[in-house]
Amino acid sequence: MPVNSKRQFLEFEKPIKDLIDTIEKYKYDSEKAKIDMSESIQRLEEELVEKRKEITQQLSSWQTVQLSRHPDRPYTLKYIEKMTTDFVELFGDRNVKDDKAMVGGFASIDGETVMIIGQQKGINTKTRQLRNFGMANPEGYRKALRLMKLAEKFNKPIITLIDTPGAYPGLEAEERGQGEAIARNIYEMIRLKVPVICVVIGEGASGGALGIGVGDRIFMMENTWYTVISPESCSSILWRSWDKKEIAADQLQLTANKMLGFGLIDGVIPEPSGGAHWNYDEAALNLKNYLKPIISELKTIASEERISQRIEKFGKMGFWSEEMSANEKNK
Amino acid sequence: MSKQVEDFDANLTGEEGQESPRSGWFKRIKKGILTGTHEKKEVPEGLWSKCPECGFICSSTELKENLFVCTKCSYHHRIGSEEYYQLLFDDNQFTLLFENIHSKDFLQFTDLKSYEKRLEDIWAKTDLKDSMRVAVGSINEQSVVIACMDFEFIGGSLGSVMGEKFSRAVDYCILNKLPYLVISKSGGARMMESAFSLMQLAKTSGKLSQLSDAKLPYISLLTNPTFGGISASFGMLGDLNIAEPGALIGFAGPRVIKETIKKDLPEGFQRSEFLLEHGFLDFIVSRKELKKKLTSVLRHFSN
Ligand SMILES: [Zn+2]
Repeated sequence: MPVNSKRQFLEFEKPIKDLIDTIEKYKYDSEKAKIDMSESIQRLEEELVEKRKEITQQLSSWQTVQLSRHPDRPYTLKYIEKMTTDFVELFGDRNVKDDKAMVGGFASIDGETVMIIGQQKGINTKTRQLRNFGMANPEGYRKALRLMKLAEKFNKPIITLIDTPGAYPGLEAEERGQGEAIARNIYEMIRLKVPVICVVIGEGASGGALGIGVGDRIFMMENTWYTVISPESCSSILWRSWDKKEIAADQLQLTANKMLGFGLIDGVIPEPSGGAHWNYDEAALNLKNYLKPIISELKTIASEERISQRIEKFGKMGFWSEEMSANEKNK
Repeated sequence: MSKQVEDFDANLTGEEGQESPRSGWFKRIKKGILTGTHEKKEVPEGLWSKCPECGFICSSTELKENLFVCTKCSYHHRIGSEEYYQLLFDDNQFTLLFENIHSKDFLQFTDLKSYEKRLEDIWAKTDLKDSMRVAVGSINEQSVVIACMDFEFIGGSLGSVMGEKFSRAVDYCILNKLPYLVISKSGGARMMESAFSLMQLAKTSGKLSQLSDAKLPYISLLTNPTFGGISASFGMLGDLNIAEPGALIGFAGPRVIKETIKKDLPEGFQRSEFLLEHGFLDFIVSRKELKKKLTSVLRHFSN
């Protein structure tokens, strides 16, 4: 987690920044003048926590999208570092290359081995490039599938952490079958014999997210989004302008609470006050505590039963109206 | 190349004005013209068509007789489910299934127009209920279920209704032990259904898993264009993935790729022939050979 002086702030986080600046100033002054200001500082720090909470409680849909992309947010490897031990990272799709935008491997959650897979974003200019901004190529999806099959073979539960602005829309990606890679993952994931839990930890954009997003239980961290298209692209297509992203975000109803309300996900995992970027330990602990009982619960279900429940779970998704017309009794 | 690449994203808005000139052909499936499944009026005489590929001009009747394939350059004009059913089913005999399922504006999604209004406007103009129709019939005496998209209905977009029809079609195939052919033609997911449309990828894939367990063949025929959610799910999951010649097929649309890589796309990029060369298609089949080839394939599966 960044030290305060290195933190980055979104526009709506400005009041937080102001408070931090004031606290820093008090600290500096008290040291310089050798006056005890600890009471004032403590009051301000409490105020800071309240302010963080206050801001995340009244976010617009678009601000939630912004928060999910916060440059200080923890990414997949950070969650792995904080909530597991004995992580053994595995690389490559055994075919083309190792996709750095998709990471994964065996790890232990309080003594239990799981396979954790997720998209990975970079933390600075150099690593952002290396990680391709969390946009996987087909080999990334195939790497993920290889690891999932490995977990299946050795009967280990699978956890996927979703954080992507989308599958990479590149020339080579198309040559190597981006559509096929995602389709194959979706198809195979719905048939995996081991428990699969998917968690959106940042951005859940479209097929690129669903490509590692089919499981027995789907969760979203509090300040994340998940839908069929990014608000920006939606704006450009439906409004024919890049300027309607805020409205598009609202219309898409892409926040965790909305998704829960629609029955498309199974739960919302709370983040530290102000968002996961304020406390990586707390964010990871929340996630771990959420996952553990669910892994145990899923393990009690026979694998065939779990698979048919999974197919049924997604089979129920959708909305339509149905006339009871006479000529339709074929089913 | 660029002249051929239409911006099919625009069709996903559901605005008719955004349609490409070549899609004008199936405007004749208007309300009132089609009274029953089998009965349809001929293309009005005296209409002329210019091939968008080679510029060849011929009469509508001539083009129709040639299965909407340009007589000069073999360009495959885009056609709808009605034409495919007519082309494939013996004696144009078939029964439509699950026509009672309709889209619903559950999210009250509004862009430049509300989704509800958009749907009402389209229903007022055409007999199509949604972007996919499902029918059962025979191809040279072999029974088969064919689900076919209509690009004219919000760009053939994948929403809850397509997902549900697709799923029921699979159930129907399993119950009656029939092979399943899906003819795709879609710009991608239906954005007005937000995450619900995305989840159709998982829903349909789950059903395909059941079809596979029942050892029933699934053939995916990709036509121009097939993008986004379709290629990232059932479009690419066929026991056989086949395509019409020259069809644009991909995950990301050419416009998006071009904007991302900031380069022009190579000649033939994302065309059927490109996909075949990269190993993603079993074969390419011209519309005129389609019925014959499907007959052979179905026979191999059932023998
Ligand atoms: Zn021509």
